Amino acid sequence: MLDRAQVEAICHLVLEEATTDQVEVLVNAGESALTRYADNRIHQNVAETGSAISIRAVQGQRLGVCSTNDPRPEALRAALAKATELAAIAPENPEFPGLPSAPRPQPGPDPVAATINSTPEERGKAVREVLEVAAGDSLTASGALETTYTHLAVANSEGAFAYGEFTRSSMSAVMETEDSAGRAEAHAADVSAIDARALATIAAGKALASRDPRSLEPGRYTVVLEPLAVADMIFWLGLYGCNALAYQDKRSFLCEKLGQKIASEKISLGDDGLDPRGLPMTFDFEGVPKQPVELISKGVAMGMVHDSRTAAHADPPVTSTGHALPAPNPWGPVPTNMFLRPGEATVADMLRSVDRGLLVTRFHYTNIIHPINTVFTGMTRDGTFLIEEGEIVAGVHNLRFTQSILEALGNVKMVGSEGVQCEYAWCPPLLVEGFSFTGVSGE
Amino acid sequence: MEELIARAVAAALEAGASYADARFTSHEDEEVRVKNGAVESLRSSSAQGVGVRVLAEGAWGFAATSTLTLAAVEEAAGLAVRIARASASTQKTPVALTPVEPASGRFPAVFTENPFDVPLAERVELLLDCDKLMAEAANVALREGFLEVTHEKKYFESSEGAQIYQEGVETGAGIECTAVAPDGSETQTRSYPSSHGGQTAQRGWELVRELDMPSHAEQIACEAEALLTAPACPATVTDVILESSQLALQLHESCGHPIELDRVLGTEASFAGTSFLTPDKLGSFRYGSEQVNINADATLPGGLGSFAYDDEGVPGQRTQIVREGMFTGYLSSRETAPAIGQTSSSGAMRADGYNRIPLIRMTNINLEPSDWTLDELISETKRGMYLCTNTSWSIDDKRLNFQFGTEVAYRIEDGDLGEMLRNATYTGNTPDFWGSCDAVCSADEWQLWGVPNCGKGEPMQTARVGHGVPPARFRDVRVGVTQEEEDGE
Repeated sequence: MLDRAQVEAICHLVLEEATTDQVEVLVNAGESALTRYADNRIHQNVAETGSAISIRAVQGQRLGVCSTNDPRPEALRAALAKATELAAIAPENPEFPGLPSAPRPQPGPDPVAATINSTPEERGKAVREVLEVAAGDSLTASGALETTYTHLAVANSEGAFAYGEFTRSSMSAVMETEDSAGRAEAHAADVSAIDARALATIAAGKALASRDPRSLEPGRYTVVLEPLAVADMIFWLGLYGCNALAYQDKRSFLCEKLGQKIASEKISLGDDGLDPRGLPMTFDFEGVPKQPVELISKGVAMGMVHDSRTAAHADPPVTSTGHALPAPNPWGPVPTNMFLRPGEATVADMLRSVDRGLLVTRFHYTNIIHPINTVFTGMTRDGTFLIEEGEIVAGVHNLRFTQSILEALGNVKMVGSEGVQCEYAWCPPLLVEGFSFTGVSGE
Repeated sequence: MEELIARAVAAALEAGASYADARFTSHEDEEVRVKNGAVESLRSSSAQGVGVRVLAEGAWGFAATSTLTLAAVEEAAGLAVRIARASASTQKTPVALTPVEPASGRFPAVFTENPFDVPLAERVELLLDCDKLMAEAANVALREGFLEVTHEKKYFESSEGAQIYQEGVETGAGIECTAVAPDGSETQTRSYPSSHGGQTAQRGWELVRELDMPSHAEQIACEAEALLTAPACPATVTDVILESSQLALQLHESCGHPIELDRVLGTEASFAGTSFLTPDKLGSFRYGSEQVNINADATLPGGLGSFAYDDEGVPGQRTQIVREGMFTGYLSSRETAPAIGQTSSSGAMRADGYNRIPLIRMTNINLEPSDWTLDELISETKRGMYLCTNTSWSIDDKRLNFQFGTEVAYRIEDGDLGEMLRNATYTGNTPDFWGSCDAVCSADEWQLWGVPNCGKGEPMQTARVGHGVPPARFRDVRVGVTQEEEDGE
């Protein structure tokens, strides 16, 4: 794979040979490997090495973008020429404020050697630990273990230059019986911090405890939402709402709501690319350092994330918070390091407070129905339990919900004191009253 | 390139593989995206590389590289074998592949007008014209247009002797606009010819000409604006007629995915889920009413799911999935076909680029036409709704309980299409829903839709699949799903 010197050489070649008013180059090079298992065996096992180089040429307010996965100089020159040609064809875009000049971001955490050097044999060993747990309880196991090592660089003609090396690893473990399932997952920079056997044990416990599920009628129930379910809700809030482009397009729930109470005062949500509890990333895809952003504070809508373009169009203009995605994209800036502030409750406290309700491990296949009202739908999955008189008494068949996310956050009665890093956000569990279930699983 | 691929296969065998295939893929695309009169994206991209898939010690391994040198593909081949050996440590029985006659040949892309030959300035102008027409027609806050053309070249070689070169050209286009209520409480979107990127096919620029987007720009802008003040879809149970692009997504989620045999056998269990269509149901399960006939056809001209050979070198073919309502077939692979007692793959293994392994993916999953016209269907419906153009989708991990939202619904009263309704949703259970289908429109109303964003697998792969669908009617469907008002506690 490309090393730092090679990545920097790509940036220098593009910056030095560009002929347009401005130019930006984004290099994403790396290695990844994924071991996937199901039916108690590894059935897919893959690895790849590659790079992606994207060049944005700017002539006045005309933009052209060309990307290639070939890092050789002749290929880079061809891509630069194509981006330049496209910029010459493009009409002026009056919305484009120019490429950002940004200070150098502070260095992020070092990449982790255990992840960089992860081998197929080590991934196989981790999977075997899961399979041993499954065999002990006659369960069917499935899941995946992934490691990635990425070199990311962004440079532009206005002086921005950002470089980082990141390691990421994630593992999921699902255990199934004939009529139930359980899941646990972990995400970390350091693959050696992931305890496969512990994940398997949690998943197995859920699967075994939810056997012989009962059927429950749809309706409103008090729910204990575990972190994976909470993170699903938070993801949609970030994508559809706490995004300055959605706000400026008037399709965000934040429109007309900034400064107003939109959730329980127990809810505080922010984005912080530097927080070590998460998966730190110190700059965005325009090379702008990430700033911590307060999105919701004690239930009050506080703000949103920006890229350089939405920042320039804000009223009054602000500076980018460092949340750009690779250009061009239709999404705008997105918070990718969200943290839901923990409270003081334990899950045991939450359960004790519930007379009759549900514990939800995670949601499945969620989708937004109404962006302004933040109504989304989806199913529960991999461990849904009936709570009666403060105790889990049975598993239940999966349920479909149709629910406003903000209404749910308005009905939060307890926030967990401990959280976990999920795929898109760090979240504690929540106790939510009146969660709306609108259907049940067919089998 | 042939030399590189042959070397990759040979290197894998030398490293100990009992079977190997290698696939070179080159992908180029150009995208134009316009928003509110400005060009948001004028982008060209290319990617190429080699993926090597092997069986060693009875288990799978795969490695990919974007470096096109003999040394790099040899290294990838060696890594694939090492990975396979690591996989073998958990293998219960060795993977066995159904036989396939090693094929060779060259299969060019099929189109009338090469979309890459259409000047980019002309493509930009077309979208800007549509934008202007939408702006003139109604007071909508967001106007968007999209055009994408792609060209893929693939060369596949296997240790069994297959040598297959294929090319494909795709063209996609669409427009949409979103109206926002003055108080910000509501947004409504209408799109043409469909949502989520419009229409995409393995065709050339002739597709864009046929779509004639400027002629529809005014209508969708007016409809988006009108939807802001339309009544909300009521919560009720009624008959529904699904417009063909919405029915295409219904077919995709509730038939296309559950017939993927790898999913049925559990290999997607931890991610997208499994399937209610378990092997014991094959040939004996009533999937839908007698009106329902569904096939999987990789040979349809222009379909996004069409090809000469899949990524295992198996010929593209047609498989009957549902005949007069009875479940009759799966999408399968060389590894999975024996699990349902078959001696050959149905040819559905496809990979999203050089750096992904092939998975069982939909080809073109089609609802076969019957003999109704849409006008007859509406006029023969006493009370119901006509639901058009998808906005949201969700289905459970067995592909049973689903819920969809559409951009617009029209009330049907005594056989007449009536008022427009906003925020329409409907929900149901897959076999009950298809069992309630009592009328399917004719070939005149049948349309082959492209779905270019079908997600599956880890690492995530995006497949481009097709659905040929006419409108159809379903009885007693629950519509207008909103939050539960009653306290269920």
